[in-house]
Amino acid sequence: MSETSAFVIFFAAIFTNNILLTNFLGMCSFIACSGQISTSLGLGTAVTFVMTMTTMLNYIIYHFVLVRLGLEHLTFIIFIAVIAAFVQFVEMFVERFSPKLYFALGIFLPLITVNCAILGASLFMIIRKYSFFQSVGFGLGAGIGWAVAIVLLAGLRQKMRYSNIPEPFQGVPIAMIVTGVLAMAFMGFAGMVSIQ
Amino acid sequence: MVYLWSVLSFAGLAMALAALLMVAERLLINYGICKLDINAGEKPLEVNGGQTLLAALYSNDIFIPSACGGKGSCGHCKITITSGGGPVLPTETPLLTRKEIRSNVRLACQVKIREDIYVRIPAELLDVKMFTATIESSVVLTHDIKEISMRLNEPAEISQRPGQYVQVQAPSSDGPVFRAYSISSPAYENNIVQLVVRLVPGGIGSTYLHNVSPGDPISFTGPYGEFWLNEDPSVEIICVGGGCGMAPMRNIIYTLYDKWPDRVCWLFFGCRTTQDVFYLEQFEELAKKHPNLHVIYALSDQLGEDEKWDGETGFIHLSADKYLEPDIRRQAFLCGPPLMIEAVTRVLKEKGISPDDIFYDEF
Repeated sequence: MSETSAFVIFFAAIFTNNILLTNFLGMCSFIACSGQISTSLGLGTAVTFVMTMTTMLNYIIYHFVLVRLGLEHLTFIIFIAVIAAFVQFVEMFVERFSPKLYFALGIFLPLITVNCAILGASLFMIIRKYSFFQSVGFGLGAGIGWAVAIVLLAGLRQKMRYSNIPEPFQGVPIAMIVTGVLAMAFMGFAGMVSIQ
Repeated sequence: MVYLWSVLSFAGLAMALAALLMVAERLLINYGICKLDINAGEKPLEVNGGQTLLAALYSNDIFIPSACGGKGSCGHCKITITSGGGPVLPTETPLLTRKEIRSNVRLACQVKIREDIYVRIPAELLDVKMFTATIESSVVLTHDIKEISMRLNEPAEISQRPGQYVQVQAPSSDGPVFRAYSISSPAYENNIVQLVVRLVPGGIGSTYLHNVSPGDPISFTGPYGEFWLNEDPSVEIICVGGGCGMAPMRNIIYTLYDKWPDRVCWLFFGCRTTQDVFYLEQFEELAKKHPNLHVIYALSDQLGEDEKWDGETGFIHLSADKYLEPDIRRQAFLCGPPLMIEAVTRVLKEKGISPDDIFYDEF
Protein backbone atom coordinates (compact mmCIF):
# COMPACT_ATOMS: atom_id res chain seq x y z
CA MET A 1 0.00 0.00 0.00
CA SER A 2 1.25 3.43 -0.91
CA GLU A 3 2.33 5.63 2.00
CA THR A 4 1.60 9.00 0.40
CA SER A 5 -1.20 10.96 2.04
CA ALA A 6 -4.49 11.35 0.21
CA PHE A 7 -3.99 15.10 0.10
CA VAL A 8 -0.66 14.80 -1.72
CA ILE A 9 -2.15 12.32 -4.17
CA PHE A 10 -4.97 14.77 -4.81
CA PHE A 11 -2.53 17.55 -5.78
CA ALA A 12 -0.23 15.23 -7.68
CA ALA A 13 -3.18 14.00 -9.75
CA ILE A 14 -3.99 17.57 -10.74
CA PHE A 15 -0.51 18.86 -11.53
CA THR A 16 2.35 16.38 -11.80
CA ASN A 17 0.41 13.33 -12.90
CA ASN A 18 -2.41 14.99 -14.79
CA ILE A 19 -4.33 12.10 -16.30
CA LEU A 20 -4.78 13.95 -19.58
CA LEU A 21 -1.50 15.74 -20.02
CA THR A 22 0.83 13.00 -18.79
CA ASN A 23 -1.14 9.82 -19.51
CA PHE A 24 -3.06 11.24 -22.49
CA LEU A 25 -6.30 9.56 -21.49
CA GLY A 26 -9.70 10.98 -22.46
CA MET A 27 -8.43 12.71 -25.58
CA CYS A 28 -11.48 12.43 -27.84
CA SER A 29 -13.92 14.47 -25.79
CA PHE A 30 -11.00 16.71 -24.78
CA ILE A 31 -10.46 17.73 -28.41
CA ALA A 32 -14.12 17.65 -29.47
CA CYS A 33 -15.68 19.54 -26.55
CA SER A 34 -13.12 22.28 -26.00
CA GLY A 35 -14.62 24.93 -28.26
CA GLN A 36 -16.11 27.06 -25.50
CA ILE A 37 -15.13 27.58 -21.89
CA SER A 38 -18.71 27.20 -20.63
CA THR A 39 -19.28 23.83 -22.32
CA SER A 40 -15.89 22.48 -21.32
CA LEU A 41 -16.43 23.60 -17.74
CA GLY A 42 -19.73 21.72 -17.74
CA LEU A 43 -18.17 18.59 -19.17
CA GLY A 44 -15.19 18.92 -16.82
CA THR A 45 -17.52 19.13 -13.83
CA ALA A 46 -19.49 16.11 -15.03
CA VAL A 47 -16.29 14.11 -15.59
CA THR A 48 -14.93 15.10 -12.16
CA PHE A 49 -18.15 14.06 -10.49
CA VAL A 50 -18.36 10.76 -12.37
CA MET A 51 -14.68 10.02 -11.81
CA THR A 52 -14.82 10.62 -8.04
CA MET A 53 -17.97 8.62 -7.58
CA THR A 54 -16.90 5.72 -9.80
CA THR A 55 -13.48 5.39 -8.13
CA MET A 56 -15.33 5.19 -4.80
CA LEU A 57 -17.87 2.65 -6.07
CA ASN A 58 -15.26 0.63 -7.89
CA TYR A 59 -12.99 0.60 -4.84
CA ILE A 60 -15.78 -0.85 -2.74
CA ILE A 61 -16.79 -3.38 -5.36
CA TYR A 62 -13.20 -4.41 -6.07
CA HIS A 63 -12.08 -4.91 -2.51
CA PHE A 64 -15.27 -6.19 -0.94
CA VAL A 65 -16.64 -8.32 -3.78
CA LEU A 66 -14.04 -9.16 -6.39
CA VAL A 67 -11.05 -9.75 -4.10
CA ARG A 68 -13.13 -11.69 -1.55
CA LEU A 69 -14.46 -13.99 -4.26
CA GLY A 70 -11.14 -14.21 -6.09
CA LEU A 71 -12.62 -12.65 -9.22
CA GLU A 72 -9.98 -10.03 -10.02
CA HIS A 73 -10.09 -11.12 -13.66
CA LEU A 74 -13.54 -9.50 -13.93
CA THR A 75 -12.18 -6.07 -12.97
CA PHE A 76 -12.44 -4.51 -16.42
CA ILE A 77 -15.93 -5.62 -17.34
CA ILE A 78 -17.36 -4.81 -13.90
CA PHE A 79 -15.76 -1.39 -13.80
CA ILE A 80 -17.16 -0.63 -17.24
CA ALA A 81 -20.65 -1.73 -16.16
CA VAL A 82 -20.51 0.43 -13.03
CA ILE A 83 -19.29 3.44 -14.99
CA ALA A 84 -21.97 2.98 -17.67
CA ALA A 85 -24.76 2.74 -15.11
CA PHE A 86 -23.48 5.72 -13.19
CA VAL A 87 -23.25 7.85 -16.33
CA GLN A 88 -26.84 6.91 -17.15
CA PHE A 89 -27.80 8.19 -13.75
CA VAL A 90 -25.86 11.44 -14.20
CA GLU A 91 -27.46 11.89 -17.59
CA MET A 92 -30.95 11.63 -16.12
CA PHE A 93 -29.97 13.97 -13.33
CA VAL A 94 -28.52 16.64 -15.62
CA GLU A 95 -31.46 16.33 -18.01
CA ARG A 96 -33.88 16.95 -15.19
CA PHE A 97 -32.13 19.75 -13.34
CA SER A 98 -30.05 21.51 -15.98
CA PRO A 99 -31.59 21.09 -19.43
CA LYS A 100 -29.31 23.85 -20.69
CA LEU A 101 -26.16 21.94 -19.78
CA TYR A 102 -27.81 18.77 -21.09
CA PHE A 103 -28.28 20.27 -24.54
CA ALA A 104 -24.88 21.96 -24.49
CA LEU A 105 -23.09 18.68 -23.75
CA GLY A 106 -25.33 16.81 -26.17
CA ILE A 107 -23.85 13.52 -27.24
CA PHE A 108 -20.76 13.93 -25.03
CA LEU A 109 -22.69 13.34 -21.85
CA PRO A 110 -23.49 9.67 -22.63
CA LEU A 111 -20.02 9.44 -24.15
CA ILE A 112 -18.46 9.99 -20.72
CA THR A 113 -19.14 6.25 -20.43
CA VAL A 114 -16.38 5.56 -22.91
CA ASN A 115 -14.10 8.34 -21.72
CA CYS A 116 -11.01 6.25 -21.07
CA ALA A 117 -9.81 8.63 -18.34
CA ILE A 118 -12.65 7.41 -16.11
CA LEU A 119 -11.79 3.74 -16.51
CA GLY A 120 -8.10 4.71 -16.34
CA ALA A 121 -8.54 6.37 -12.94
CA SER A 122 -10.25 3.26 -11.53
CA LEU A 123 -7.54 0.99 -12.88
CA PHE A 124 -4.66 3.19 -11.65
CA MET A 125 -6.21 3.08 -8.21
CA ILE A 126 -6.01 -0.74 -8.27
CA ILE A 127 -2.52 -0.95 -9.78
CA ARG A 128 -1.08 1.61 -7.34
CA LYS A 129 -2.75 -0.15 -4.39
CA TYR A 130 -4.41 2.96 -2.98
CA SER A 131 -6.45 2.92 0.21
CA PHE A 132 -10.03 4.16 0.16
CA PHE A 133 -9.20 7.78 1.02
CA GLN A 134 -6.25 7.80 -1.32
CA SER A 135 -8.58 6.54 -4.05
CA VAL A 136 -11.09 9.28 -3.38
CA GLY A 137 -8.31 11.86 -3.43
CA PHE A 138 -6.94 10.41 -6.63
CA GLY A 139 -10.35 10.26 -8.34
CA LEU A 140 -11.21 13.81 -7.38
CA GLY A 141 -7.76 15.07 -8.29
CA ALA A 142 -7.66 13.27 -11.63
CA GLY A 143 -11.13 14.63 -12.45
CA ILE A 144 -10.18 18.18 -11.53
CA GLY A 145 -6.93 17.76 -13.46
CA TRP A 146 -8.87 16.68 -16.53
CA ALA A 147 -11.27 19.59 -16.09
CA VAL A 148 -8.38 22.06 -15.65
CA ALA A 149 -6.74 20.79 -18.82
CA ILE A 150 -9.91 21.00 -20.93
CA VAL A 151 -10.82 24.45 -19.62
CA LEU A 152 -7.28 25.67 -20.33
CA LEU A 153 -7.46 24.35 -23.85
CA ALA A 154 -10.94 25.83 -24.36
CA GLY A 155 -9.62 29.23 -23.23
CA LEU A 156 -6.71 28.98 -25.63
CA ARG A 157 -8.93 27.88 -28.49
CA GLN A 158 -11.32 30.77 -27.86
CA LYS A 159 -8.36 33.15 -28.15
CA MET A 160 -7.04 31.35 -31.20
CA ARG A 161 -10.28 31.96 -33.04
CA TYR A 162 -8.99 35.47 -33.71
CA SER A 163 -5.44 34.53 -34.57
CA ASN A 164 -4.00 34.00 -37.96
CA ILE A 165 -3.32 30.26 -38.07
CA PRO A 166 -1.83 28.81 -41.26
CA GLU A 167 -4.54 26.92 -43.09
CA PRO A 168 -3.21 23.35 -42.67
CA PHE A 169 -3.07 23.85 -38.89
CA GLN A 170 -6.57 25.20 -38.38
CA GLY A 171 -8.95 23.23 -36.17
CA VAL A 172 -7.76 19.98 -34.61
CA PRO A 173 -4.05 20.12 -35.63
CA ILE A 174 -3.38 23.33 -33.74
CA ALA A 175 -5.39 22.00 -30.80
CA MET A 176 -3.09 18.95 -30.72
CA ILE A 177 0.02 21.15 -30.85
CA VAL A 178 -1.31 23.39 -28.09
CA THR A 179 -2.08 20.29 -26.01
CA GLY A 180 1.51 19.19 -26.43
CA VAL A 181 2.79 22.60 -25.31
CA LEU A 182 0.41 22.49 -22.33
CA ALA A 183 1.72 19.03 -21.41
CA MET A 184 5.29 20.33 -21.54
CA ALA A 185 4.32 23.29 -19.38
CA PHE A 186 2.82 20.90 -16.83
CA MET A 187 6.13 19.04 -16.73
CA GLY A 188 7.37 22.10 -14.85
CA PHE A 189 5.45 20.80 -11.83
CA ALA A 190 7.25 17.45 -11.98
CA GLY A 191 9.70 17.97 -9.13
CA MET A 192 6.98 19.15 -6.72
CA VAL A 193 5.47 15.84 -5.61
CA SER A 194 5.54 12.44 -7.19
CA ILE A 195 3.30 9.43 -7.20
CA GLN A 196 3.94 6.38 -9.24
CA MET B 1 -16.49 -22.94 -9.43
CA VAL B 2 -14.80 -19.71 -10.36
CA TYR B 3 -16.87 -19.57 -13.55
CA LEU B 4 -20.08 -19.88 -11.60
CA TRP B 5 -19.03 -17.11 -9.23
CA SER B 6 -17.96 -14.94 -12.16
CA VAL B 7 -21.27 -15.30 -13.91
CA LEU B 8 -23.30 -14.94 -10.73
CA SER B 9 -21.49 -11.87 -9.47
CA PHE B 10 -21.56 -10.11 -12.82
CA ALA B 11 -25.24 -10.91 -13.34
CA GLY B 12 -26.05 -9.84 -9.79
CA LEU B 13 -24.19 -6.57 -10.18
CA ALA B 14 -25.81 -5.86 -13.52
CA MET B 15 -29.26 -6.50 -12.07
CA ALA B 16 -28.57 -4.33 -9.05
CA LEU B 17 -27.42 -1.48 -11.28
CA ALA B 18 -30.44 -1.89 -13.56
CA ALA B 19 -32.79 -1.83 -10.57
CA LEU B 20 -31.15 1.33 -9.22
CA LEU B 21 -31.45 2.99 -12.61
CA MET B 22 -35.11 2.08 -12.84
CA VAL B 23 -35.78 3.62 -9.45
CA ALA B 24 -33.85 6.73 -10.47
CA GLU B 25 -35.80 6.92 -13.72
CA ARG B 26 -39.09 6.66 -11.87
CA LEU B 27 -38.08 9.52 -9.58
CA LEU B 28 -36.19 11.78 -11.99
CA ILE B 29 -37.89 11.45 -15.36
CA ASN B 30 -41.28 12.55 -14.19
CA TYR B 31 -42.51 15.60 -16.00
CA GLY B 32 -46.16 15.16 -15.04
CA ILE B 33 -48.95 15.61 -17.54
CA CYS B 34 -48.12 17.86 -20.50
CA LYS B 35 -50.42 19.36 -23.09
CA LEU B 36 -49.94 18.17 -26.67
CA ASP B 37 -51.67 20.54 -29.05
CA ILE B 38 -52.11 19.57 -32.70
CA ASN B 39 -52.80 22.16 -35.43
CA ALA B 40 -53.56 25.05 -33.06
CA GLY B 41 -56.35 23.60 -30.97
CA GLU B 42 -57.77 21.19 -33.55
CA LYS B 43 -56.95 18.19 -31.41
CA PRO B 44 -55.76 19.00 -27.89
CA LEU B 45 -54.39 16.00 -26.02
CA GLU B 46 -52.93 15.40 -22.58
CA VAL B 47 -49.99 13.04 -22.41
CA ASN B 48 -47.44 11.87 -19.87
CA GLY B 49 -44.24 13.89 -20.03
CA GLY B 50 -40.88 12.17 -20.40
CA GLN B 51 -41.79 10.06 -23.42
CA THR B 52 -40.91 10.86 -27.00
CA LEU B 53 -43.32 12.81 -29.14
CA LEU B 54 -43.60 9.86 -31.54
CA ALA B 55 -44.59 7.48 -28.75
CA ALA B 56 -47.15 9.99 -27.45
CA LEU B 57 -48.69 10.39 -30.92
CA TYR B 58 -48.82 6.63 -31.52
CA SER B 59 -50.48 5.99 -28.19
CA ASN B 60 -53.16 8.49 -29.23
CA ASP B 61 -53.74 6.73 -32.58
CA ILE B 62 -51.96 9.30 -34.69
CA PHE B 63 -49.75 7.32 -37.01
CA ILE B 64 -47.22 9.57 -38.63
CA PRO B 65 -44.79 7.69 -40.87
CA SER B 66 -41.85 6.08 -39.08
CA ALA B 67 -39.83 3.17 -40.40
CA CYS B 68 -36.87 2.69 -38.07
CA GLY B 69 -38.78 2.20 -34.82
CA GLY B 70 -37.77 5.54 -33.29
CA LYS B 71 -34.02 5.18 -33.67
CA GLY B 72 -33.62 8.43 -35.61
CA SER B 73 -32.20 6.74 -38.69
CA CYS B 74 -34.99 6.85 -41.30
CA GLY B 75 -36.04 10.51 -41.04
CA HIS B 76 -39.68 9.74 -41.90
CA CYS B 77 -41.24 11.15 -38.74
CA LYS B 78 -40.59 14.81 -39.56
CA ILE B 79 -43.19 17.18 -38.15
CA THR B 80 -43.33 20.88 -37.43
CA ILE B 81 -43.13 21.91 -33.78
CA THR B 82 -44.18 25.48 -33.26
CA SER B 83 -43.24 25.63 -29.61
CA GLY B 84 -42.04 23.46 -26.73
CA GLY B 85 -39.62 21.19 -28.57
CA GLY B 86 -36.34 22.45 -27.14
CA PRO B 87 -33.24 22.90 -29.28
CA VAL B 88 -32.45 20.68 -32.28
CA LEU B 89 -30.49 17.64 -31.10
CA PRO B 90 -27.28 16.35 -32.64
CA THR B 91 -29.09 13.12 -33.46
CA GLU B 92 -31.49 15.04 -35.69
CA THR B 93 -29.20 17.35 -37.64
CA PRO B 94 -27.93 14.75 -40.15
CA LEU B 95 -31.51 14.13 -41.33
CA LEU B 96 -32.75 17.72 -41.47
CA THR B 97 -31.95 20.30 -44.12
CA ARG B 98 -31.10 23.86 -43.13
CA LYS B 99 -34.43 25.02 -44.46
CA GLU B 100 -36.27 22.47 -42.33
CA ILE B 101 -34.36 23.49 -39.21
CA ARG B 102 -35.26 27.12 -39.86
CA SER B 103 -38.95 26.26 -40.22
CA ASN B 104 -38.96 24.21 -36.98
CA VAL B 105 -39.21 20.78 -38.56
CA ARG B 106 -38.09 18.11 -36.09
CA LEU B 107 -37.88 14.34 -35.83
CA ALA B 108 -40.77 13.26 -33.63
CA CYS B 109 -38.87 10.19 -32.42
CA GLN B 110 -36.05 12.29 -30.94
CA VAL B 111 -38.06 15.08 -29.34
CA LYS B 112 -38.88 14.38 -25.72
CA ILE B 113 -41.96 15.92 -24.17
CA ARG B 114 -40.77 18.05 -21.25
CA GLU B 115 -43.36 20.84 -21.32
CA ASP B 116 -46.53 21.81 -23.19
CA ILE B 117 -45.84 21.25 -26.85
CA TYR B 118 -47.51 22.64 -29.98
CA VAL B 119 -47.19 20.73 -33.24
CA ARG B 120 -48.55 20.90 -36.78
CA ILE B 121 -49.46 17.70 -38.59
CA PRO B 122 -50.87 17.61 -42.14
CA ALA B 123 -54.61 16.84 -42.01
CA GLU B 124 -54.09 13.80 -44.23
CA LEU B 125 -51.86 12.12 -41.65
CA LEU B 126 -54.53 12.53 -38.98
CA ASP B 127 -56.72 10.20 -41.07
CA VAL B 128 -54.15 7.43 -41.12
CA LYS B 129 -55.43 4.39 -39.29
CA MET B 130 -54.02 1.21 -37.81
CA PHE B 131 -55.43 -1.79 -39.66
CA THR B 132 -55.55 -5.38 -38.52
CA ALA B 133 -55.72 -7.97 -41.26
CA THR B 134 -55.34 -11.66 -42.03
CA ILE B 135 -52.91 -13.01 -44.57
CA GLU B 136 -55.00 -14.41 -47.42
CA SER B 137 -52.25 -15.63 -49.69
CA SER B 138 -48.52 -15.48 -50.21
CA VAL B 139 -47.59 -16.15 -53.82
CA VAL B 140 -44.06 -16.69 -55.11
CA LEU B 141 -43.50 -14.37 -58.09
CA THR B 142 -39.76 -14.87 -58.69
CA HIS B 143 -36.91 -16.48 -56.78
CA ASP B 144 -36.81 -13.58 -54.29
CA ILE B 145 -40.12 -11.73 -54.74
CA LYS B 146 -43.45 -12.64 -53.16
CA GLU B 147 -46.93 -11.18 -53.50
CA ILE B 148 -48.61 -10.88 -50.09
CA SER B 149 -52.39 -10.41 -49.92
CA MET B 150 -53.94 -9.18 -46.69
CA ARG B 151 -57.69 -9.22 -46.05
CA LEU B 152 -58.72 -6.37 -43.77
CA ASN B 153 -60.49 -7.11 -40.50
CA GLU B 154 -60.64 -3.93 -38.50
CA PRO B 155 -61.36 -1.40 -40.05
CA ALA B 156 -62.79 -3.55 -42.85
CA GLU B 157 -62.24 -1.05 -45.66
CA ILE B 158 -59.38 1.14 -46.78
CA SER B 159 -59.67 4.13 -49.05
CA GLN B 160 -56.37 4.52 -50.85
CA ARG B 161 -55.08 6.23 -53.96
CA PRO B 162 -52.69 4.58 -56.40
CA GLY B 163 -49.09 5.37 -55.48
CA GLN B 164 -49.74 5.35 -51.75
CA TYR B 165 -48.04 3.04 -49.29
CA VAL B 166 -48.68 1.33 -45.96
CA GLN B 167 -46.33 0.61 -43.09
CA VAL B 168 -46.34 -3.02 -42.02
CA GLN B 169 -45.59 -3.73 -38.39
CA ALA B 170 -42.85 -6.33 -38.14
CA PRO B 171 -41.50 -7.83 -34.92
CA SER B 172 -37.81 -7.32 -34.20
CA SER B 173 -35.46 -7.95 -31.32
CA ASP B 174 -36.05 -4.43 -29.95
CA GLY B 175 -39.81 -4.24 -30.28
CA PRO B 176 -42.04 -3.75 -33.30
CA VAL B 177 -40.73 -1.72 -36.21
CA PHE B 178 -42.57 -0.40 -39.25
CA ARG B 179 -41.52 -0.97 -42.84
CA ALA B 180 -43.04 0.87 -45.77
CA TYR B 181 -44.47 -1.00 -48.77
CA SER B 182 -46.41 0.39 -51.71
CA ILE B 183 -49.92 -0.94 -52.22
CA SER B 184 -50.11 -3.03 -55.37
CA SER B 185 -53.80 -3.91 -55.29
CA PRO B 186 -56.05 -1.46 -57.16
CA ALA B 187 -57.84 1.28 -55.24
CA TYR B 188 -61.32 -0.12 -56.03
CA GLU B 189 -60.56 -3.31 -54.10
CA ASN B 190 -61.11 -1.70 -50.75
CA ASN B 191 -61.16 -4.74 -48.50
CA ILE B 192 -57.81 -6.14 -49.51
CA VAL B 193 -54.25 -4.83 -49.59
CA GLN B 194 -51.58 -6.52 -51.66
CA LEU B 195 -47.85 -5.92 -51.43
CA VAL B 196 -44.93 -6.97 -53.60
CA VAL B 197 -42.01 -7.81 -51.36
CA ARG B 198 -38.46 -8.60 -52.36
CA LEU B 199 -36.46 -10.57 -49.81
CA VAL B 200 -33.54 -8.47 -48.61
CA PRO B 201 -30.98 -10.64 -46.79
CA GLY B 202 -31.08 -9.57 -43.13
CA GLY B 203 -34.01 -7.20 -43.73
CA ILE B 204 -36.47 -7.19 -40.83
CA GLY B 205 -39.63 -6.37 -42.82
CA SER B 206 -39.00 -8.51 -45.87
CA THR B 207 -37.88 -11.54 -43.85
CA TYR B 208 -41.04 -11.28 -41.78
CA LEU B 209 -43.31 -10.91 -44.80
CA HIS B 210 -41.63 -13.75 -46.67
CA ASN B 211 -42.31 -16.06 -43.73
CA VAL B 212 -45.99 -15.34 -43.08
CA SER B 213 -48.46 -17.97 -44.16
CA PRO B 214 -52.20 -17.73 -44.93
CA GLY B 215 -54.29 -17.21 -41.81
CA ASP B 216 -51.60 -15.31 -39.89
CA PRO B 217 -52.67 -12.01 -38.32
CA ILE B 218 -50.83 -8.87 -39.39
CA SER B 219 -51.20 -5.17 -38.70
CA PHE B 220 -50.20 -2.09 -40.61
CA THR B 221 -50.80 1.66 -40.68
CA GLY B 222 -51.72 3.70 -43.70
CA PRO B 223 -52.32 4.91 -46.24
CA TYR B 224 -49.46 7.38 -46.67
CA GLY B 225 -48.16 9.25 -49.71
CA GLU B 226 -48.71 12.49 -51.55
CA PHE B 227 -49.06 11.25 -55.12
CA TRP B 228 -52.20 12.26 -57.04
CA LEU B 229 -52.99 10.70 -60.41
CA ASN B 230 -53.79 13.30 -63.06
CA GLU B 231 -57.58 13.24 -63.55
CA ASP B 232 -57.49 14.63 -67.10
CA PRO B 233 -58.04 11.61 -69.42
CA SER B 234 -56.04 13.19 -72.25
CA VAL B 235 -52.85 13.09 -70.18
CA GLU B 236 -50.77 9.96 -70.85
CA ILE B 237 -49.45 8.02 -67.90
CA ILE B 238 -45.91 6.66 -67.98
CA CYS B 239 -44.87 4.03 -65.43
CA VAL B 240 -41.24 2.99 -65.23
CA GLY B 241 -40.13 0.33 -62.77
CA GLY B 242 -37.06 -1.74 -62.10
CA GLY B 243 -36.17 -4.74 -59.95
CA CYS B 244 -39.15 -5.21 -57.66
CA GLY B 245 -40.48 -1.66 -58.10
CA MET B 246 -43.77 -2.89 -59.45
CA ALA B 247 -46.31 -2.45 -56.67
CA PRO B 248 -47.32 1.20 -57.22
CA MET B 249 -47.45 0.72 -61.01
CA ARG B 250 -49.80 -2.22 -60.77
CA ASN B 251 -52.10 -0.17 -58.56
CA ILE B 252 -51.95 2.80 -60.94
CA ILE B 253 -52.60 0.75 -64.08
CA TYR B 254 -55.54 -1.28 -62.76
CA THR B 255 -57.16 1.74 -61.13
CA LEU B 256 -56.62 3.75 -64.30
CA TYR B 257 -58.32 1.24 -66.61
CA ASP B 258 -61.16 0.75 -64.21
CA LYS B 259 -61.94 4.43 -64.48
CA TRP B 260 -60.81 5.38 -68.02
CA PRO B 261 -60.81 2.29 -70.29
CA ASP B 262 -59.31 4.18 -73.25
CA ARG B 263 -56.59 6.16 -71.54
CA VAL B 264 -53.04 5.88 -72.89
CA CYS B 265 -50.56 4.33 -70.52
CA TRP B 266 -47.03 3.04 -70.98
CA LEU B 267 -45.48 0.54 -68.62
CA PHE B 268 -41.74 0.05 -68.83
CA PHE B 269 -40.27 -2.56 -66.55
CA GLY B 270 -36.59 -3.41 -66.31
CA CYS B 271 -35.34 -6.81 -65.16
CA ARG B 272 -31.97 -8.52 -65.20
CA THR B 273 -32.83 -11.98 -66.51
CA THR B 274 -35.92 -13.92 -67.57
CA GLN B 275 -36.10 -15.27 -64.00
CA ASP B 276 -36.85 -11.80 -62.68
CA VAL B 277 -39.87 -11.24 -64.92
CA PHE B 278 -43.25 -11.26 -63.20
CA TYR B 279 -46.82 -10.05 -63.81
CA LEU B 280 -46.06 -9.93 -67.59
CA GLU B 281 -48.94 -12.26 -68.55
CA GLN B 282 -51.39 -10.33 -66.38
CA PHE B 283 -50.49 -7.06 -68.05
CA GLU B 284 -50.57 -8.55 -71.55
CA GLU B 285 -54.03 -9.89 -70.76
CA LEU B 286 -55.10 -6.41 -69.67
CA ALA B 287 -53.51 -4.87 -72.77
CA LYS B 288 -55.70 -7.09 -74.95
CA LYS B 289 -58.79 -5.52 -73.38
CA HIS B 290 -57.36 -2.00 -73.41
CA PRO B 291 -55.34 -1.43 -76.59
CA ASN B 292 -54.00 1.86 -75.31
CA LEU B 293 -51.96 0.08 -72.64
CA HIS B 294 -48.43 -0.55 -73.86
CA VAL B 295 -46.42 -3.05 -71.85
CA ILE B 296 -42.67 -3.15 -72.41
CA TYR B 297 -40.35 -5.34 -70.36
CA ALA B 298 -36.61 -5.18 -70.93
CA LEU B 299 -33.79 -7.48 -69.80
CA SER B 300 -30.45 -5.90 -68.98
CA ASP B 301 -28.31 -9.07 -68.72
CA GLN B 302 -27.23 -11.37 -71.56
CA LEU B 303 -29.69 -14.17 -72.32
CA GLY B 304 -28.69 -17.67 -71.29
CA GLU B 305 -28.15 -20.37 -73.95
CA ASP B 306 -31.57 -22.01 -73.76
CA GLU B 307 -33.62 -18.94 -72.88
CA LYS B 308 -36.11 -17.29 -75.18
CA TRP B 309 -37.05 -13.63 -75.04
CA ASP B 310 -38.86 -11.60 -77.67
CA GLY B 311 -39.04 -8.34 -75.69
CA GLU B 312 -36.57 -5.53 -75.36
CA THR B 313 -33.01 -5.82 -74.10
CA GLY B 314 -30.72 -3.32 -72.40
CA PHE B 315 -31.42 -0.84 -69.64
CA ILE B 316 -34.98 0.35 -69.27
CA HIS B 317 -34.30 4.03 -69.94
CA LEU B 318 -33.12 3.07 -73.45
CA SER B 319 -36.50 1.41 -74.13
CA ALA B 320 -38.31 4.49 -72.84
CA ASP B 321 -36.17 6.61 -75.14
CA LYS B 322 -36.98 4.34 -78.09
CA TYR B 323 -40.77 4.18 -77.73
CA LEU B 324 -41.90 7.55 -76.41
CA GLU B 325 -42.74 10.33 -78.85
CA PRO B 326 -41.67 13.76 -77.65
CA ASP B 327 -43.96 16.60 -76.54
CA ILE B 328 -47.13 14.86 -75.42
CA ARG B 329 -48.81 15.82 -72.12
CA ARG B 330 -47.78 13.14 -69.70
CA GLN B 331 -47.47 12.28 -66.05
CA ALA B 332 -44.73 9.85 -65.06
CA PHE B 333 -44.29 7.59 -62.06
CA LEU B 334 -40.95 5.89 -61.46
CA CYS B 335 -40.05 3.24 -58.95
CA GLY B 336 -36.69 1.54 -58.64
CA PRO B 337 -33.03 1.93 -57.73
CA PRO B 338 -31.57 5.47 -57.68
CA LEU B 339 -29.43 5.03 -60.81
CA MET B 340 -32.43 3.91 -62.84
CA ILE B 341 -34.50 6.85 -61.56
CA GLU B 342 -31.75 9.25 -62.53
CA ALA B 343 -31.34 7.83 -66.04
CA VAL B 344 -35.08 7.65 -66.70
CA THR B 345 -35.68 11.18 -65.39
CA ARG B 346 -33.08 12.45 -67.86
CA VAL B 347 -34.78 10.66 -70.77
CA LEU B 348 -38.24 11.90 -69.75
CA LYS B 349 -37.03 15.50 -69.49
CA GLU B 350 -35.60 15.21 -73.01
CA LYS B 351 -39.04 14.03 -74.14
CA GLY B 352 -40.51 17.28 -72.84
CA ILE B 353 -42.07 16.15 -69.56
CA SER B 354 -41.84 18.81 -66.90
CA PRO B 355 -40.00 17.74 -63.71
CA ASP B 356 -43.17 18.65 -61.76
CA ASP B 357 -44.97 15.78 -63.51
CA ILE B 358 -42.33 13.18 -62.68
CA PHE B 359 -42.88 11.36 -59.40
CA TYR B 360 -40.67 8.65 -57.99
CA ASP B 361 -40.15 6.11 -55.25
CA GLU B 362 -36.47 5.48 -54.72
CA PHE B 363 -35.02 2.50 -52.90
